[in-house]
Amino acid sequence: MAAIIGVNGIGKSTLLRTLGKVQPKLYGKILLNKTPLEKLSHLKLATEISVVLTEPIASKNLTVWELVSLGRQPYTNWIGTLSEVDKEKVNAAIKMVDLTSLKLKKCYELSDGQLQKVMIARALAQDTSIILMDEPTSHLDLYHKVQILKLLQDIAHKTRKTILFTTHEIEIAIQLCDKMLILEKGKSAFGEPCELIENKNFDNLFPSDTITFDGNTGAFRVNR
Amino acid sequence: MPQSKPYSLYFILLIVVLLTCFLVNISFGSVSIPFTEVVHAILGKATEKASWAYIIWDYRIPKSLTAILVGSGLALSGLLMQTLFRNPLAGPFVLGISSGASLGAAILIMGASLFNGIFTFGIVNDISLALASSIGSFIVLLAVMVVASKIKDTMALLIIGLMFGSLTAAVVSVLSYFSTAEKLQQYIYWSFGSLGNLSWQQLLLLFIITVIGLTISILSIKPLNSLLLGENYARSMGVNIKRSRYSIIIATGLLAGGATAFAGPIAFIGLAVPHLTRQIFNTTDHRILLPAVMVYGAILMLICDTIAQWPASANVLPINAITSIIGAPIVIWLLVRKRKMVF
Repeated sequence: MAAIIGVNGIGKSTLLRTLGKVQPKLYGKILLNKTPLEKLSHLKLATEISVVLTEPIASKNLTVWELVSLGRQPYTNWIGTLSEVDKEKVNAAIKMVDLTSLKLKKCYELSDGQLQKVMIARALAQDTSIILMDEPTSHLDLYHKVQILKLLQDIAHKTRKTILFTTHEIEIAIQLCDKMLILEKGKSAFGEPCELIENKNFDNLFPSDTITFDGNTGAFRVNR
Repeated sequence: MPQSKPYSLYFILLIVVLLTCFLVNISFGSVSIPFTEVVHAILGKATEKASWAYIIWDYRIPKSLTAILVGSGLALSGLLMQTLFRNPLAGPFVLGISSGASLGAAILIMGASLFNGIFTFGIVNDISLALASSIGSFIVLLAVMVVASKIKDTMALLIIGLMFGSLTAAVVSVLSYFSTAEKLQQYIYWSFGSLGNLSWQQLLLLFIITVIGLTISILSIKPLNSLLLGENYARSMGVNIKRSRYSIIIATGLLAGGATAFAGPIAFIGLAVPHLTRQIFNTTDHRILLPAVMVYGAILMLICDTIAQWPASANVLPINAITSIIGAPIVIWLLVRKRKMVF
């Protein structure tokens, strides 16, 4: 599990969305297993990378089960018939995010946290080796933020998937992530959270006259 | 999910209702024909008066079939537009198809007077009107397609469609202003819509157009379902958005354009029936919605046509007014009853 952090406007979401081919790249090269991203068709890419975005879904009148089963689209036939294998994968994905009891509920009946889990389950059902998530914890309270990120950690470790997400929850990410990417103007740092702390990469993330980073506790402090 | 069983029951019921509406529709008209004689005529047996069989086969059945094709085509194109634009206010005419048709018809009927008779556009009859309106809607649709290839944002496309609509409406206003009362009346009659002017050949043409539009729609069911989550999600699930968008626009153009060319600009059905269907079936799955809106559209159109025909037995009321008079209360009632819009 890897987090992308940085201040607002530095380009976290842009990077993530570009990696997922949600938006076209500005310049440079993106390789997926040595193949340039633009050479892959959308369908092929859909079996390699799934995404969870910040934008609200257009229709909330789908049931949890229906929404998650849309994740099987890259594998289903021309009209989207679900095979037994597809159904199993959908059920497994719903079980993984612990929403089995809600699977026949409509999405408009769910809380923000539950809806986020549904979107994660949809990405899981898509059965890709990489899941990209844009701010999966925004709009959630502290408990649910931790709950979602622990769930992601659990998924990443159990299924051996790569989960790359952007977040502003730096302190929680330090505790839970295997790797972190810090985006800063001019230079960026990538590594394990401990290494990054030792190298003082977090110290200059925010203007030091307002916020300082305490390497011992892994927490930010507001200067009075 | 175990969900297919109750739906198939629904559909059998709906087909029965549709057939009933069809029979009722061809039983009423300006000439009263006993029901048993209507059945005789359909079955190809001799009727009491030879003219009855003629009325039924050459007037009423084509009109009913037109109602079915127009109703189902408009309802389906409305569904396509609402899903593509993810907007409950979208209908089959948001891309300017009906305004294009109006422009074509207006130029044909009223254009000559504007240019002081320098141009004459030939004879105004049903066939030339159908031709003019389909050329009009085709040109506007083409313009929208050209714009669609330049822009990425589907919502901008919606606004552009509406702008094209305003533009053509303005030209029609100018034409009307300079037109004679007689020509103006002729144009207004066209805009009332009419189902009864199709010969069997024209009906066959409309049928072929509708079937092509339907086929493209059926092939778009999977992208349509993924569009329920938004374009970015759909793309991430392997949908070729650009191609799907083109197919959906072309299907709408064929379905709504065909209906408008032959029956005039018929309002409301395309906007209301998808809502009606979603409320009743309570689903957003296009595998269910697509056939459902078509059947509902056909039923509603047949009912409207029957009512337009019925009360003043010699006069036929404008179909375009009836669709709204019947349809609007139904949708309002459904929304109030369920207290909540399903979209």
